[in-house]
Amino acid sequence: MSTQTHQVYKPRRNLELVLLLMALTVAIGAQMLVAFALDEPITNDYFVEGSVYAGLVLAFHVVLRLRAKYADPFILPIVVTLNGLGIAMIHRLDFTASYSGVADRQLLWTGVSIVAAIVLLWLLKDHRRLRQLTYISLAVSVLLLFMPILPGLGSEENGARIWVDLGFASFQPSEIAKITLAVFFAGFLANNRDLILLAGRKVGPVTFPRLRDLAPMFIAWIVAIGVLVVQNDLGNALMFFGLFVAVIYVATSRFSWIAIGAVFMLFGAALAYQFVGHFRDRVEIWLNAFDPEIYNRAFGGSHQVVQGLFGLAHGGLAGTGLGSGNPNMVSLANSDMIITAFGEELGFIGLSAMLLLYLLLFSRYMRAGLGTRDTFGKLLAVGLAVVLVLQVFVVVGGITRVIPLTGLATPFLAAGGSALLANWLIVALVLLISHAARQPVIVGPMVNATGEASSGTESRLQSDGPGARETAVRRHSAPPAPSPTDEDHTRLDHAPRGGTQ
Amino acid sequence: MSELAVTVLQFGLLLLLWILILSIIGAQGRDMTISKRSRARAAASGPSAAPGPRNGPPAPAAASHSGPTPRPRPRRLLVSEGPLAGTELPLGSASIMMGRAQECTLVLDDDYASGKHARLFPQGSRWFLEDLGSTNGTWLGDEQLTRASTVEPGDRIRIGKTVLELRT
Repeated sequence: MSTQTHQVYKPRRNLELVLLLMALTVAIGAQMLVAFALDEPITNDYFVEGSVYAGLVLAFHVVLRLRAKYADPFILPIVVTLNGLGIAMIHRLDFTASYSGVADRQLLWTGVSIVAAIVLLWLLKDHRRLRQLTYISLAVSVLLLFMPILPGLGSEENGARIWVDLGFASFQPSEIAKITLAVFFAGFLANNRDLILLAGRKVGPVTFPRLRDLAPMFIAWIVAIGVLVVQNDLGNALMFFGLFVAVIYVATSRFSWIAIGAVFMLFGAALAYQFVGHFRDRVEIWLNAFDPEIYNRAFGGSHQVVQGLFGLAHGGLAGTGLGSGNPNMVSLANSDMIITAFGEELGFIGLSAMLLLYLLLFSRYMRAGLGTRDTFGKLLAVGLAVVLVLQVFVVVGGITRVIPLTGLATPFLAAGGSALLANWLIVALVLLISHAARQPVIVGPMVNATGEASSGTESRLQSDGPGARETAVRRHSAPPAPSPTDEDHTRLDHAPRGGTQ
Repeated sequence: MSELAVTVLQFGLLLLLWILILSIIGAQGRDMTISKRSRARAAASGPSAAPGPRNGPPAPAAASHSGPTPRPRPRRLLVSEGPLAGTELPLGSASIMMGRAQECTLVLDDDYASGKHARLFPQGSRWFLEDLGSTNGTWLGDEQLTRASTVEPGDRIRIGKTVLELRT
């Protein structure tokens, strides 16, 4: 098939730089605008903070030039815009009576997260090395999820026991657990996909996999969900469940998993409604938000949701402008409810732009997964994309009363160090996957051994002897999006196939 | 600062945000579209992988294949090179174990093959090849198998010094 033309990917780092400068302008401009609108003096702090943020971001860009030249050029600018807007809004809320000094902490955590992401990018080099950590990451996930319910270590805030007190700061281990669980799901399914697909009993139109092939998955999933229910962290439970269903659906391409998942979710929601008082309150608030009795309830009323909706309505089309609204009327306006603050001050135009940025980020994550040639990378990128999009869905859906409101951090926007750290680490991982997807690969002289056209040209290689590797290499660009049935193993993929034998 | 200036700046921020989004979308170009080649491959690899009607003529690369019509089913396994060259095995619905061990379906008289070296098994209308932890590895085309993988007619399966092919 020598007539085929391969799409050649360019590194496109200069494009990334241009977009980054625009993103930084938006981020730092928003910060300054808050001061203008509130008639606050522009102190040196603004310039120091702005240049710290810009410096960190540009350092990330330089690291990408050095370490992952072919990484996706759109991910970093999108993330920088969102994170910068988040800092600006948190900074704006610090001028109200309800909050103070949160923006500095958020900037500090942003710095820590970017540095952590750079370190991960620098040290990991190739995302396929994570595949060797499949079962270790399962153990780490379990450990992380159990940490908050250990006495002496965990602490409870706002009715959810999801925090670990480190002394100087509190940390939410479930945020990191979503990465390790995604790694486990991806690694496990990449190893056992064929077994799950092929072995099993057929009942009607649905093939049920053998229990022992899926047991580790289900144990991981039940532990995750169980711990989260015990911790009263239903948002994360929903996210882990969605991750599980999405990754297994992508791995097997059987629609029945979605159907089974939906049934399980409804069942789980019914159970939670029966036995978790916290959840029942949330459903009640969701259904009867405007009931005066529920609205005026001292604790666990619908005040927060309804004020959020009023805030969104107050914003209208173009918003009140940064610094001119009253987003602090909503409790937790700088973390769980930050979307309402944006809706009020940037209006529909601004909020829809931000949601579009999330959509673009999701599509870039998925594109990285589509482009890469190893199953593990595909599943990992899809898992991480699903984590992102489910967080946005749970938050925005909760705020707009599509689903009951459950506390989850809006990715990159909300105040909260652990979520920021986890999301930046995810960015580093996806950038690595997209680098693997877009970089030119070195292959043997037989580029495509499928089909009759090429079978005649291969005979000279058969005398190489067993195990001999072709030494002749040539550069050849990666094929674009592989078809769904593509055999996506690669020459580099020599990871051990634990569990298949 | 005057209220007018602040308002102008506010709208400037929103405008800049949208310009950023539009430039991201513009710079992506056709990155999100599925290329002709992948479509052709999807069409060639079977109707199940290529849902929906296809517009336009198939790419030239796909012309040698049968296009969107179902792919011919492999019927025979042919040993094309190695000590057993010329041997043929009909493909049924059962899986085929290959190796030096006597209980294998295809007993390879090959010093470089392991006892139970590899397995070919059918799934739907396609055949999959799986390495069974052999010492010297199983090669499909120029790639060493790391997990079960589909085999199309004409693909070279190399086990030690033996080369096998599926034939229709």
